[in-house]
Amino acid sequence: MKLSAQEYARRIKRAGPPSLLGRDCLWAFGVGGGICLLGEVLRQWYLKNGLDPELAGTLTSCTLIALSAVLTTLGLYQKLAAKAGAGSLVPITGFANAVVSAAIEFKAEGRVPGTGAKMFTIAGPVIVYGTLAAVVYGGIYWLLTAL
Amino acid sequence: MATRRGDTLCFSHPPILASWAAVGGKKEGEGPLAAAFDALYPDNRMGQSGWEAAEVQLFVRAARLCMKKAKITEKQVSLVLAGDLQAQCTASSYALRELGLPFAGVFGACSTMAETLGLGACLCSAGLADGLLALTGSHFCAAERQFRTPLSYGAVRTPTAQWTATAAGACLLRPAGEGVGIHAVTFGRVQDYGVKDINNMGAAMAPAAAATLLRYFADTGTAPEDFDAIYTGDLGQVGSGLFRELMTAEGVVMKNHQDCGCLLYDTEQQTVKSGGSGPGCSAAVLCGYILPRLERGRARRVLFLATGALMSQTTFLQKESIPAIAHLVELRSPGC
Repeated sequence: MKLSAQEYARRIKRAGPPSLLGRDCLWAFGVGGGICLLGEVLRQWYLKNGLDPELAGTLTSCTLIALSAVLTTLGLYQKLAAKAGAGSLVPITGFANAVVSAAIEFKAEGRVPGTGAKMFTIAGPVIVYGTLAAVVYGGIYWLLTAL
Repeated sequence: MATRRGDTLCFSHPPILASWAAVGGKKEGEGPLAAAFDALYPDNRMGQSGWEAAEVQLFVRAARLCMKKAKITEKQVSLVLAGDLQAQCTASSYALRELGLPFAGVFGACSTMAETLGLGACLCSAGLADGLLALTGSHFCAAERQFRTPLSYGAVRTPTAQWTATAAGACLLRPAGEGVGIHAVTFGRVQDYGVKDINNMGAAMAPAAAATLLRYFADTGTAPEDFDAIYTGDLGQVGSGLFRELMTAEGVVMKNHQDCGCLLYDTEQQTVKSGGSGPGCSAAVLCGYILPRLERGRARRVLFLATGALMSQTTFLQKESIPAIAHLVELRSPGC
């Protein structure tokens, strides 16, 4: 064929309709901010009910995780995420969605080889590299404070 | 018998398509071709326990409807050529477990309908089969969990992505008789233009479609204007644009080109992004739209050019580019 692979690659870039960056960013900002606001409202509510700050923070995370799990099970979280993108992916609710969606999906392959083994197919790398980053950060912090 | 011209096999006594059937799912029933389907499922589970079993159900229903329309029993089917997207082509195998017919599995990804039609035409033309079923399909949910992410995982689809059709199509081929004729077949060659984006399959497959079509034109001495329409498999909007650009660069202007991936869904309203894909997409459009048009004489001579992306999840993760193929079938209305 007359068109070279390089020229074709240039045409692919032109042919693909671009993502609507402005709209996508607004959705991500609105939903991501909304989830954080909900977290803050929950935290304040827990504090008002006499819990200490550390426990209030933990319970806030737990509540958001539970809420995301329920919304994922009802098939609602992915509908929000289809528009919100990083806005629903980055908060802790996105992590919960990644675990719960895989757990539901692979139930058909059994509790152990399906749900058990596949539950962390998406979230697993986050845990691995999150832990690795924490070790590196902890090491640097220890060195700086020890000096 | 057939004569060979380059890569193209021309049938002097064309095998015919005696009947066909298209079966679809929920989204297909909400699209512009809803009325073209022989059966539609309002629920993509189709009364089954899993998505894979639901796909098997699609295949069985399409095959049985096709046989019913031809007024034949299972005993009169000499061979079934079938393929699908599930690993090891299990949708076809499990469907044939239920149907209990002689079966040869074929893998051509989304090009399977044209591939099985082409192979079936050769067998019928050689007098080796009478009553041959060409069968393929796909299920959005089964494909999505195999190739991408869990269904309830929240992610944004890119504008170039395509939507795997929940549909199946079946055609019954006979060596001769009254029906839409298969006059020529061109089996494609694998093309790879270095596209690695799994969310832009149309771009990966467009060169394969262009290469096969150019080869067919050269082999037969024909041009686009000799046909009422030229249907590509499932390039979607993005791939279709690139396909026309590739053809223009070769000096061939495509004015009568349509794409099955753009016909099956309303790309503006149905959130399918660039259009439909999957073996079921071109199979359903062929059986629900193209063949009825030929049968009624609304088109007399068309080309059906189904395209397939031949990568796997493993080759994709290993950063390999996506090889693609396109097989072509020339179809003419009865008596033409």
